Amino acid sequence: MAHSSNRAVAAPSHGDGHGHEGHHDLEGMRMMGFWIFLITDCILFGSLFATYVVLSGNTAGGPTGAELFEMLGVIAETFILLTSSFTSGLAVLCMNKGDRKGLIVWLAITVLLGASFITLEITEFVNLVHEGAAISTSASWSAFFTLVGTHGLHVSVGLVWMIAIMIQLGRHGINSVTRRKVGIISLYWHFLDVVWIFVFTIVYMMGVM
Amino acid sequence: MAQHTNQGAHDAHGSHEAHGSLKSYVIGFVLSLVLTAIPLIIVLNDVLKGTAATVVLLGSAVLQFIVQLVYFMHLKEEGKPRYNMMVLILGLIIVLTIVAGSIWIMTYNKVA
Repeated sequence: MAHSSNRAVAAPSHGDGHGHEGHHDLEGMRMMGFWIFLITDCILFGSLFATYVVLSGNTAGGPTGAELFEMLGVIAETFILLTSSFTSGLAVLCMNKGDRKGLIVWLAITVLLGASFITLEITEFVNLVHEGAAISTSASWSAFFTLVGTHGLHVSVGLVWMIAIMIQLGRHGINSVTRRKVGIISLYWHFLDVVWIFVFTIVYMMGVM
Repeated sequence: MAQHTNQGAHDAHGSHEAHGSLKSYVIGFVLSLVLTAIPLIIVLNDVLKGTAATVVLLGSAVLQFIVQLVYFMHLKEEGKPRYNMMVLILGLIIVLTIVAGSIWIMTYNKVA
């Protein structure tokens, strides 16, 4: 039953292990295309970081980050995202072993960790606004909300995307197409963790120092 | 020529799936945890101040970036024409130019 639908999706690829040069090449190219997207995303974040570093001193007499940052929440966010990066890697390992159930379970754990990260971040934003630091307060806070918010948006998109892939895995199982999709989402997730390391270091740690 | 390119893409694909081992993910995770803990200890306990603290903070961030590239994203295991590595290096050059250039120019543009 699951087999016939597998075939429908994997039809152009002839399944795995056939050593079809053309097919492998195509999936490899798609992987590389996504890698190039990640690098352009890197440049986007680079620009936002540059903006933040330049504007972080311009608080227009309003509150500064050092006064308002709640480090406990930020530290929790950091370790949660780091752990979710690890669990998305474990999902890929299960996939390589052909363990569909393990794959879906580890992806689900990753989604839960990502969702708690986003919950903590939204709570933090709401608290900041309540304490008088909104996006329109000063150039410093505009740069802060744009940088951290863009990262949060990426994580949210990643969550929806990961759930969609879990549904596809449930329907079609592990084939060459879903295999590539899981590989790409895990790459994306590791990338978001890397960006967060720099948010954590440059915005929060150097902010409260 | 075309055959060469084919071979490379094939290798990259194969090795990406074969080499990601539990060991590499655990090593990457533990190193990342340590590299996150170091700045926390230094900043929250006021061990270092000023430039020294900044250097350690940025140093551990960059190290963690490399750790994740190697152990989570398996960049080292890419096949021979290392296109991913080349794109990454180009991207990093652009990012560094944007960030360093912006900071450099804007330091001399302080109005306040």
